[in-house]
Amino acid sequence: MAKKLMKGCEAIAEAAIRAGCKFFFGYPITPQNDIPEHMAARLPQIGGCFLQAESEVAAINMVYGAAGAGARVMTSSSSCGISLKMEGITFIAGAELPCVIVNMMRGGPGLGSIQASQGDYFQATKGGGHGDYHMIVLAPASVQEASDIMQRAFDLADIYRTPVMLLADGIIGQMMEPVEFHEQESKRELPEKLWATTGWTPDSCRKRAVVNSLYITNEELDTLNQRLQSRYREIQKNEVTVEEYNTENAEFILCAYGTIARICKSAITLLAGEGVKAGLIRPITLWPFPSDTVKKAAEQESVKALLTVEISSGQMLEDVRLAVNGRKETAFLGRPGSYLPSAEEIAQTVLRMRRMHS
Amino acid sequence: MTKVFQKTKLLTDEVMHYCPGCTHGIVHRLVAEAIDELGVQGKTVGVVPVGCAVFAYKYFNIDTQEAAHGRAPAVATGIKRVHPDNVVFTYQGDGDLASIGTAEIVQAAHRGEKITAIFVNNAIYGMTGGQMAPTTLVGQKTTTSPYGRDKDHCGSPIRMSEMLATIEGSAYIERVALNNNANIMKAKRAIKKAFETQIAKKGFSMIEVLSTCPTNWGKSPVEAMEWLEENMIPYYPLGVKKEV
Ligand SMILES: Cc1ncc(C[n+]2csc(CCOP(=O)(O)OP(=O)(O)O)c2C)c(N)n1
Ligand code: SF4
Repeated sequence: MAKKLMKGCEAIAEAAIRAGCKFFFGYPITPQNDIPEHMAARLPQIGGCFLQAESEVAAINMVYGAAGAGARVMTSSSSCGISLKMEGITFIAGAELPCVIVNMMRGGPGLGSIQASQGDYFQATKGGGHGDYHMIVLAPASVQEASDIMQRAFDLADIYRTPVMLLADGIIGQMMEPVEFHEQESKRELPEKLWATTGWTPDSCRKRAVVNSLYITNEELDTLNQRLQSRYREIQKNEVTVEEYNTENAEFILCAYGTIARICKSAITLLAGEGVKAGLIRPITLWPFPSDTVKKAAEQESVKALLTVEISSGQMLEDVRLAVNGRKETAFLGRPGSYLPSAEEIAQTVLRMRRMHS
Repeated sequence: MTKVFQKTKLLTDEVMHYCPGCTHGIVHRLVAEAIDELGVQGKTVGVVPVGCAVFAYKYFNIDTQEAAHGRAPAVATGIKRVHPDNVVFTYQGDGDLASIGTAEIVQAAHRGEKITAIFVNNAIYGMTGGQMAPTTLVGQKTTTSPYGRDKDHCGSPIRMSEMLATIEGSAYIERVALNNNANIMKAKRAIKKAFETQIAKKGFSMIEVLSTCPTNWGKSPVEAMEWLEENMIPYYPLGVKKEV
C-alpha cells in the first residue's frame, strides 16, 4: 500500500479497524475527536458499531459489556475523560477483560488545557483506578508507529486478558505524517473467548459465563490477585519494548517517550556537533517499563549522567531513578502543563551537566 | 404421582442470601419464569447490580455480567450492540438505578436501547444498611434520614417510571407491586411483556417492582407488605405508564 498523509488520530482509528476492532464507544473531547469521528464513518461500513455514549463513565462501561460479550472493542479520550473512565478500567482489570483505551493527553490538572502534555504517566502506569492492578501502556512517537502498534495492542489485550492503553501526547494525535498500513495479520496465537457472555444453555459446550470482579471471600480475592500478579510478571518478562539510540559508550543518556523523544534525537545531533556523545532510551512500553535497559545503559563506565525529558514535572523520572538506583546522576528537564523543551534547550542542559562533571 | 409444579430451571440450586421475607427472591423467580416461558434461555444475558442483588449471577441460570454501581444499562448496551439478537436485561435497585445510575438509565431509554430494566424499588438502600434512597418516602426514617425524609432538605421521592415514560425511546414501562398474589401474577405478566417488547425490537422497556426490605424497614415481612400497600402504592401508582 502506498503511503498516505494522515492525522495521528485518524491513523490510530483506521489501524484499530484493520486490527479487527468492530466496536467503539466514546464521548467527545479535544484533542482526540478525530478518532470517534473516523470510527463513526467507518464502523457502519464494516458491520461494526460506533456509539456516542452520554459520558466517559458510560462509554467505558459499554466497553466492559462489549468486551465481556467477546468483542474486540475500544474507547478513546483525553486526560479529564480518562479520569472518568478509571472506575470502569479497574472493573475491566478485575474482570480480566481485554480492551484498548487511547489517551491523547492534554494539559492538567483539572480542565487544564487542550495542548499536548505527558501529565498522565502516573495515572496510566501506576494504577489510576483503585486496587492492585496494572494495564499495559504503549507509547508511540510517530503517526506510523501509532498505527503499527494497534494490532499489538489488541493482541496483548486478548492474550493477557487485560486493558491496554495507548498513551500519547496530543501532538501525536494532531500532527499529520505519512503512514503506510502494513498487512496486519496477527502473528500470535490468540486464546478462544470461552468466558464471553453470548448466551448459554446446559447443552452448550462451555461453562455458564459470569463476567465479574466481585470476589467476596479473602480466599477468592487472593486467588484472583495471585493470578493477576503472575500474569503481570509474565508481561514484564515478555513484552518490554524499547528503542535504544546511540547509547553504546555514550557520555550522557537521555530518557524520553512520545513526541519529546524525537526532539531528544535532534538534541543528540546538536551535541554530536559539540563533540559530546549522547544517546537516547525511548520506552515504547511504559508499563512494563524497560528498567533493565536503563540499568544496563547507566552501568556503562562511559556514562556520566542521565537526563529524563518529559512534558510534565517529572513522572517517568521516578521509574528511571528506580532503575538507576543511585548508580549515576539522574537529572530532569521538563515543565508541567504543555511546555515543550526545544532541542537547543535539551542540548544546553546536557552541556551544563557536562561542565559540572568535568 | 404427577408433578404439577416445579422450580424453574432458569434458577440455579444455589441457596439465596436474601433476608427472610425479602421480595428480591420473588422478583428473581418471576424474571426466571418469564425467560423460561419465552424459551430464550440460550439468548439471554443478565446484567446484575451493586446492591443486595449483587450475587444474582449465582442464581440466574444464564450468562451474566456484574456491573459497577449504577452502570448496568451501559454494560447492557455494550452487550446488546455486540449481539443484537440476544435478550439483555438489567436487574437494579433504587439506589443503583434512581441515584448513582440515573444518567445511564435515562440515556439508555433515550437511545431506545432494546434492553429491559427490572427495577426493584424498596424505598431504601438495602445492602449498605438502610440509608435514604431517592425513592424513600417523605417522613420515612432511614439511617441517613433519622428524623424522617424532609422534602425541603432533600426533595420528594422520584417517580422513575413516570419520568422514563416521557422519553420517546421508551416502548414499555409499567409499575407493579408484590403485595398480594394477584399483583404478583400481574408483575409476572408485565415482566414477560417487557421481554416481548425487547424481542420485537420496539425499544427500551422497564418494569418497576414495588418491593419490601423488612430488615431495614424494621418490620416483619407481613408488616412490610402492609406498609408497602398503605404507603408506597398511593405515592407510586401501579399500572402501564407507556406502551407503543
Ligand atoms: C461506586 C460505589 N458507591 C457506593 C457503593 C456502596 N453501595 C453498595 S450497594 C449500595 C446501595 C444499594 O441500594 P439499592 O440500589 O437500593 O439496592 P438494594 O440493596 O436496596 O437492593 C451502595 C451505595 C458501591 N459499591 N460503589
Ligand atoms: S437488606 Fe433488605 S433488600 Fe437486602 S436482602 Fe435484606 S430485606 Fe432484602
